[in-house]
Amino acid sequence: MENEFADIKNEYETVIGLETHVELSTETKMFCGCKLSFGAQPNTYTCPICLGHPGSLPVINKKAIENAIKIALALNCNICENAVFHRKNYFYPDMPKNYQISQFDMPVGINGYIDVDMGSYVRKVRVTRVHVEEDTGKLIHIGSTGRISEADYSIVDFNRAGTPLIEIVTMPDIKSPDEAKQYMITLRNILLTLDVSDCSMEEGSIRSDANVSVKLISSDKLGTRTEIKNLNSFRFLQRGLEYEVDRHIDIIKSGGKVIQQTRHYDNKTQTTMVLREKEEAHDYRYFPDPDLVPMKIKEDWINKIKDTIPELPSAKEKRYKDFLGLSDYDSSFMANDFEISSYFEEVLKHHDNAKAACNWIMGDFSAFINKDGITLRQSKITPENLAGLIKMIDSKEINGKIAKLVFEEMYNTGKNPTDIILEKGLKQINDTEKLEKIIDEVILKNPDAVSQYKSGKSKAISYLVGQVMAKTHGKANPQIVNEIIIKKLS
Amino acid sequence: MGKIINKKDIKHIAKLAELKYSDAEIDKITDQLDKIINHITKIGQADTSNIVPTSHVLEITNVYREDKVRISFTREESFKNAPLEDEDGFKVPKID
Amino acid sequence: MSLINLGAYELNELIKKKEISVFEIAKAYVQRIDEVENDINAFISFDNDLVFSRAREIDKYIKDGNDILDFTGIPIAIKDNVCTKGIKTTCASKMLSNYVAVYDATVINKLNRHRFLMIGKANMDEFAMGSSNENSAFGVVRNPWNLDCVPGGSSGGPAASVAAFETACSLGSDTGGSIRQPASLCGIVGLKPTYGRVSRYGLVAFASSLDQIGPLTRNVKDSAALLEAIAGYDEYDSTSINTDVPNYKSFLNTDIKGMRIGIPKELMIKEIDCEVKSSVNNALRMLEKSGAIVEEVSLPNLEYALSVFYVIAPSEASSNLSRFDGVRYGYRNTKSRTIREMYKKTRAEGFGPEVKRRIMIGTYCLSSGYYDAYYDKAKRVRTLIINDFKKAFLEYDVLISPTSPTTAFKIGDRADDPLTMYLSDVCTIPVNLAGIPAISLPCGVSKNNLPIGIQVIGDILREDNVLKIASAIESEVKWKMNLQI
Ligand SMILES: [Mg+2]
Ligand SMILES: [Zn+2]
Repeated sequence: MENEFADIKNEYETVIGLETHVELSTETKMFCGCKLSFGAQPNTYTCPICLGHPGSLPVINKKAIENAIKIALALNCNICENAVFHRKNYFYPDMPKNYQISQFDMPVGINGYIDVDMGSYVRKVRVTRVHVEEDTGKLIHIGSTGRISEADYSIVDFNRAGTPLIEIVTMPDIKSPDEAKQYMITLRNILLTLDVSDCSMEEGSIRSDANVSVKLISSDKLGTRTEIKNLNSFRFLQRGLEYEVDRHIDIIKSGGKVIQQTRHYDNKTQTTMVLREKEEAHDYRYFPDPDLVPMKIKEDWINKIKDTIPELPSAKEKRYKDFLGLSDYDSSFMANDFEISSYFEEVLKHHDNAKAACNWIMGDFSAFINKDGITLRQSKITPENLAGLIKMIDSKEINGKIAKLVFEEMYNTGKNPTDIILEKGLKQINDTEKLEKIIDEVILKNPDAVSQYKSGKSKAISYLVGQVMAKTHGKANPQIVNEIIIKKLS
Repeated sequence: MGKIINKKDIKHIAKLAELKYSDAEIDKITDQLDKIINHITKIGQADTSNIVPTSHVLEITNVYREDKVRISFTREESFKNAPLEDEDGFKVPKID
Repeated sequence: MSLINLGAYELNELIKKKEISVFEIAKAYVQRIDEVENDINAFISFDNDLVFSRAREIDKYIKDGNDILDFTGIPIAIKDNVCTKGIKTTCASKMLSNYVAVYDATVINKLNRHRFLMIGKANMDEFAMGSSNENSAFGVVRNPWNLDCVPGGSSGGPAASVAAFETACSLGSDTGGSIRQPASLCGIVGLKPTYGRVSRYGLVAFASSLDQIGPLTRNVKDSAALLEAIAGYDEYDSTSINTDVPNYKSFLNTDIKGMRIGIPKELMIKEIDCEVKSSVNNALRMLEKSGAIVEEVSLPNLEYALSVFYVIAPSEASSNLSRFDGVRYGYRNTKSRTIREMYKKTRAEGFGPEVKRRIMIGTYCLSSGYYDAYYDKAKRVRTLIINDFKKAFLEYDVLISPTSPTTAFKIGDRADDPLTMYLSDVCTIPVNLAGIPAISLPCGVSKNNLPIGIQVIGDILREDNVLKIASAIESEVKWKMNLQI
C-alpha cells in the first residue's frame, strides 16, 4: 500500500516557490525613530508617523537599506542602482495608513540565487528579488476561540507597525518540502552570519509564504497553485507543504481540480485550511510614494557595504575543507549552522586544533545537548573551556578517557577543566619512576599474560596496560605505560 | 462624448476605495465621473514618446535618517483621538 | 488708524520700539473678529482666551529682554489642515471634526521660535479640495468684498481673514492654486513657494507631489518675511530642499530694469474675463515703463495641465486619504458590525461629496487596467509641461498671467458643476505641476467692485525674481480697497 502510494507520488513533480519576510534588527523602525520592541506594552512604541497620523511623513532608515543591500549581495543579487519605494494600497486594520510602503518594480536586489546543499546534491534556488518594506501592526481576535472567523471584535497593537522587513522571493525552483526546509535553514544561516536579523522563529522575525503546485512529470502544464501563509518554523513549513502536496495529488488522482486559494497551516491538526478563495484578484494600485525620494545605490556605496560582509557559510565550508582539513561532511556540518560555526571558530581562537574541536562538537557535545534539547550556546560549556580541555589532551595532561569524565563535569557545572582536574585529582601520571613501580607489580601478578606476550601474542599487552590503568584509576599515560611494559618484557 | 464610466465601474471603484453610494446617489456620481474622466482623456493626445514620467519635480535622491531612537508616544498619547480602545489596543469590529 | 490696518512689518516696528504691546494687538484683532466673523466665517477654531493668554506670554517674553523677530507677537491664522498640537485640526471635514493634533507641523515649530500669535485655525475646502470654500463641513466662507461671493479656495478662510482684517497674515496650502486663487479673489497677496522650500511635515496631505505651504498677507513685504520664517530644510520631510534660505526681504524695491517677462499665451485664453485681461495688461505696461522687457511666449503643453492635474492630484489623494478609516482617530460609524462595513460607512459619512469624488477619480486612475492610460500618462505629460517651463525660463526671468480667469463668483454658482469649478484653477495649476514658485497680488478692481489678481511665476528656487517683480507691481499699480464690511 505504502509503496503503491510512493509510485503514484513519483509520477508527480512538486513545484514550490517561497516568499520569506525577515524582520531586520535595526534600532528603529523603517520610516520613523520609534524603537523596535518585542513584547512591550501594546501601543507604547508608536508616533505620528507609524500610527499614520494626518500630516506625518516617512523618512528612510539608512541602516535598513544598507542591511538590505548586504542581504541582496549575500544572495548573489544584482543591486539596482535606482531603487524606489511604492505604495501598496489596501485596507486592513493593522495597517495604519491603509497602504504599505513597499517596493514594486524597482527593488533593491534582483536575480540572485542560493545554493541549497541537500547532502547528495545541491539545489540552486533562484532569488527573483530582495525588497524592503514596512511590517504591519498586530491583531488580536477577541472571542471564544481567538480565531478571526469566530471573533466578536479585534484589537490592534501598532508597536510592530513600521518594523523594517526584507522580502526575499524565489523562483519556483524548489522541488520538495524537504528542499523548502533546507532552503529556509540555509537562508537563515546566511542572515545570522550577516548579523542583520535575530531570525527568531518564535517572535516571527522570519516567516514564509509558500506557493505550491504539483504537475504530472510528463506534462508541461503547471498545476494550479495554492499559497500557504505565515509558516514560521522549519517544521511547520515542511509539514504544511507535505500535507498540501498530498492534498493536491489526492485531488488530481480523484479527478478533481485544485482551486487557487490562500491557506493556512494549523499545527494542531497538522493540516492546511482555507483562509480565502482567490476569486477576485487584488488591485493594490501600486505607485511610487511621492513622500519618499528615489535611492541611488552607486558602486562606491555598494563596495563599502561589501567590505562589511563577513565570511559567508559557503566560503566557510570551503575553508574548513581546504585549510582546516575537515572532511566534506564535517565541513558542511560545522559551516552551515551559524551557531555551530561561530562556536567552533571561537574554540579555535583559544586553541588551534580544528579536527579535535570538530570531533567534540559533533560527538559528545551534540549528544549531550540533543538529549537536553538545548543549543551549544545555551549549554554551560564556553568555547574557551572546550578549547582548554582539548589543549590538555594535546599536551598529554589528561588522556581521552579522563577527558570524557572532565567533559561531563564541565557540561554539568560549567567549571573550567583545570579546576575539575585539580579538584578530582585527575591529572595524568607521566612520571616513569612511579609508573615503573606499578608496572612491576602488574607483571608479577599476571604471569599468564606475560608468557602469552612472550610467546608472540602481542595483544596480551593491552591486558597489562589495562591493569595499570585500573590501578591508577585511569590516570596513567597509556602510551608511556605501553612503552615501559614492552621495554621490560623484551 | 462616449460613456467611459458606468454604474458597475462606480461600484467596483467604490469597493476599492471603501466608499459607498446609495442608489439615489449612484446615477449622479456616475454621470459626474464620466464627464470628468472624459475631460481627462485629453492627455491621450499629447505625444509622450521618449518622455519619462515625472514622480518628483526635484532631482533629490538618497535622503535617509540615521538609525537613532526618537521618543515615542506614551500610551495616552497613542490613544488620544481613538474612537474606541481598551487596555491593549484600538478596538475594531470583527474582521470580514 | 487702527492697529488692524497695519501690515505685519509695521506692527513689528511698533513692537520693537515698545510703542504697543502684543496684548493691544490681540485686543484689536479679537474685537474685529467679534464684529465681522459672523459674516465671514473665516475660522473653524477661534478662542479669545487662548489668544489673550498667548499675547500676555509673548509680552512677558519681550519684557524679559528676548530678541524680537519678524513675527514675534504678530497675529497669524493657520489653515486648518496644518497640525497644531493640542488644538483641533479638522481639515474642514466631518471626518476630523473632533481631531486634536498630536504634534506641531514644522512650520508651526518655526513660527513658535518667533513667538507668533496664533489667532485661530482658518476655514477651508474640505481636505483642501475646492476652489470656492463651499466644500467645508463648517460652512461657506464669505468674501469680505462682497458677502454674496465666494472667497475662493481652498484657502478661503486664510484669505478672507487677512482681507477682512481679522488677522495680519495667514498660512495656507497650495496644491493647484489654493493660496493664489483665494488671494486673488480677496484682493491680497498669496505666495506658493518652490516645491520643497517649505516643509510639508504636519500639513495634512492632499496631493503629496504638489502640496506646498505658503503665506497669505496684505503686502509683498510681509509675504517675503513670512516665507523666510517658514522656509528651510527639514529632516522630517524627505522632499524638502537642503539649501540656505535667502533673505527674501532684500529682493523688494529693487530695480527691475532689463528683467525679462514672458506672457504664456496659453494662459491668456478666451475663458479669461475682459476686465481681468485688461487689468493684467495694464500692470504689464507699468512694468515695461519701469524698464522690464515683456514678450509673449508659448508653452504649448499647458493646455493639458488641468487634465494632468485631475489625474495626479486625485490619484495621490485617494491613497493619502485612505488612512481616514475610523480605527485610530477621527470619525467612526459606531453601528457597524464588521470592519468593512465600518470602513464604508465611516468614509461615506465622514467625507463630503467633493472629497469622495476625487477619491473615486484617483482610485480609478490608479486601478488595474487604467494606470498606464491615466496615471502614468499624466506623469509623462507632466514632464512635457516641466520642459516647457524650463525652456521658457532660459529666456525669461518670470512669467506673468492672470491668477484666476474671473473675479469672485457668487456662492452656489458653480457648486453643482465640478468641471466648471475645476476651470477656476486653470492658470495656477501648471505652476504646481512644475513645482515652481508663484505669487498672486492685486492689480485692480472690477467695475462691480471685486479685486483682480495677477500671477508672477518664477523658476525653481527663484523666489527672488518673483518678489522683485511683485514688489514693482505693488508699488506701481494703484487700486482702491472697498470692503463690504
Ligand atoms: Mg510583502
Ligand atoms: Zn513611530
